[in-house]
Amino acid sequence: MSDQDTILDEHIAGEYKYGFASDIAQETVAAGLSEDTVRFISAKKNEPEWMLEWRLTAYRQWLKMKQPHWQNVHFHDINFQDIIYYAAPKKKPEYKSLDEVDPELLAVYDKLGLPKEEQKILAGVAVDFVMDSESVITTYKATLAEKGIIFCSISEAIREHPALVKQYLGSVVPPRDNYYSALNSAVFSDGSFVYIPKGVRCPMELSTYFRINAQNTGQFERTLIIAEEGSYVSYLEGCTAPMRDENQLHAAVVELVTMDNAEIKYSTVQNWYPGDKEGKGGIYNFVTKRGLCKGVNSKISWTQVETGSAITWKYPSCILKGDNSIGEFYSVAVTNNYQQADTGTKMIHIGKNTRSRIVSKGISGGKSQNSYRGLVQVAGTAENAYNFSQCDSLLLGDKCGAHTFPYLEIKNKSAQVEHEATTSKIGEDLMFYCNQRGLTSEEAVDMIVNGYCKEVFKQLPMEFAVEAQKLLSISLEGSVG
Amino acid sequence: MLHIKNLHARVGDKEILKGLTLDINPGEVHAIMGPNGTGKSTLASIIAGKTDYEVTAGEILFHGKNILEMSADERAREGIFLAFQYPVEIPGVSTTNFMKAALNAKRKHQGLEPITAKDFLKLMNEKRQLVELDKSYLSRSINEGFSGGEKKRNEIFQMAMLEPLFSVMDETDSGLDIDALRIVAEGVNKLRNKDNAFLVITHYQRLLNYIVPDFVHVMYDGRIVKTGDKNLALRMEEKGYDWIKEEVGA
Ligand SMILES: Nc1ncnc2c1ncn2[C@@H]1O[C@H](COP(=O)(O)OP(=O)(O)OP(=O)(O)O)[C@@H](O)[C@H]1O
Ligand SMILES: [Mg+2]
Repeated sequence: MSDQDTILDEHIAGEYKYGFASDIAQETVAAGLSEDTVRFISAKKNEPEWMLEWRLTAYRQWLKMKQPHWQNVHFHDINFQDIIYYAAPKKKPEYKSLDEVDPELLAVYDKLGLPKEEQKILAGVAVDFVMDSESVITTYKATLAEKGIIFCSISEAIREHPALVKQYLGSVVPPRDNYYSALNSAVFSDGSFVYIPKGVRCPMELSTYFRINAQNTGQFERTLIIAEEGSYVSYLEGCTAPMRDENQLHAAVVELVTMDNAEIKYSTVQNWYPGDKEGKGGIYNFVTKRGLCKGVNSKISWTQVETGSAITWKYPSCILKGDNSIGEFYSVAVTNNYQQADTGTKMIHIGKNTRSRIVSKGISGGKSQNSYRGLVQVAGTAENAYNFSQCDSLLLGDKCGAHTFPYLEIKNKSAQVEHEATTSKIGEDLMFYCNQRGLTSEEAVDMIVNGYCKEVFKQLPMEFAVEAQKLLSISLEGSVG
Repeated sequence: MLHIKNLHARVGDKEILKGLTLDINPGEVHAIMGPNGTGKSTLASIIAGKTDYEVTAGEILFHGKNILEMSADERAREGIFLAFQYPVEIPGVSTTNFMKAALNAKRKHQGLEPITAKDFLKLMNEKRQLVELDKSYLSRSINEGFSGGEKKRNEIFQMAMLEPLFSVMDETDSGLDIDALRIVAEGVNKLRNKDNAFLVITHYQRLLNYIVPDFVHVMYDGRIVKTGDKNLALRMEEKGYDWIKEEVGA
């Protein structure tokens, strides 16, 4: 066999490892959703019978549900029969070289400081270093395997670790939880699975970035992370590079479970295509993320930087079941032009001495609408629960809107709940002051916004934080004056 | 250095500057006094490039360049500085970060590399001692929770950091206690050299005991109506503005 053939073989085998069987590569199902679509997806993924049944149950529940409209966002009802629910991952790169790629997109990559090779992958240009990245992944996987950590696609987990998946899938976000979680449960395409065994501290940040073809699984992504007793993992989702996608609707589900003394840190940078300056196009990002602090002294913290999507609708939540467990939510949500975001969190205190902390920074420019919606619920059982919420809104102009909807449901008198909220504006005087010191309006907005978000950025892994700062600058371009 | 000729400016229908002429050369200190509402801060804002005002006639040349065609940030990078009468607060941005951004914006304009962290720290230390500003203020959000006097001192610290060619100080003295006034004024004196110039707006002669002006102008109703040396300020303090009003026939 020639060298080239070996490489090719390895490549294809590698692809399979990450959940994409090579024999299904070129197929796509027609638009529309029916039981047959669900069966087709399940079959294409070689799923066992129980998984198909699970999907079908979810599908039947979904049929009985209605699209929710309580969020503070506006859009036309989605026609679910127009959506293509299964598209095989693109095997062939779309372009031969970077010259063929939209220069505007490349300009953004440059501003983010992404290396050329990375830009190629993201833009769908043929690259010759896939083998490199494969070998990185292989080393990566070996290190993890040594510690008994499982990190693979959810499809692979369904085949290789059925007991774990059966036990936990849908245990935190049941399919019937809401309209989009039911939909996701029926048709989810792929996603990540992480299992950290007892007492293990994951030695590196786990990131979807390291999974080939991650960009093809965006539409109905399903993620499940389980941290056994005394374990720790930090997981990064998304990437700062703008992601274009033909699919208008993204409805992901993420479930986290921590046992006694375990901790999961989940960081997201969301930068899906937000639509153009006139508000045309863009992704609808309707996500259900929830973590269950099942064990005592366990901790789940969500950090998110949301800059993309035409409409974002997500509330990463924590169910604080174990005594002394801790839930945290740190969020920066940026909207510009005609973007709409309705995001926040739910902290459900059930165990004793449970604590939660919410820090939300909403930044709106252009004609966008940005809402914080948060629920703090303290059950009768949650003796000495404590919550602190800080919700700040920053307006960059006078055509945008910021809204705050805090909900409290307190059923235990010992609970201590603190809420602070501010709304501020980058007024003309502030802008003139910065201009007078030699800063352009854009530099001034950058500086002010980054100062404003510091508390949240501090939660991100260093590299991510730097990228997130740059991303904010890019997202806010043209938001003032 | 700065030549203002027959400047007319208004906001809405209201004419504020009504033919103001002023020439300032390198190495000079000019003081402007005048009753409330005569347009002193307006003049400062227009020099600095605030867009609220419409200039209807006249010109402002800075080193021969027509600055009325430049944005506020360009003017700043060219070396024009305004110490504000009412400095604003910037939550979440420390004086340190603010100054670093401002200094680097200027350096970029001059074709220089961003300042190194080490040099920057050194410069900060040197300049903050000039106005005896405590270190702790530098890491706090700019002007947030600062007292009136602290804000003014911070303005002069920024001026020292950026080493502008031309500085306007708009009532820097108001709000400063007696000791602070002396400290700030001495700081300004140390910054004076043959290449830079200052325009000091004040209501009180006291400041001019420390920062001794080469010229004192009296502004009234949008114009400079009288110019003299430092003794003019003494006379104003003594007699008030009525005699000026009479002189100009108002
Ligand atoms: N943006 C504006 N809109 C409307 N009126 C303005 C504006 N700026 C200034 N004015 C008016 O123009 C006049 C001059 O104001 P300015 O602030 O320049 O006075 P000043 O000489 O600095 O007074 P003071 O000694 O009180 O500081 C005042 O009557 C003021 O109300
Ligand atoms: Mg004034």
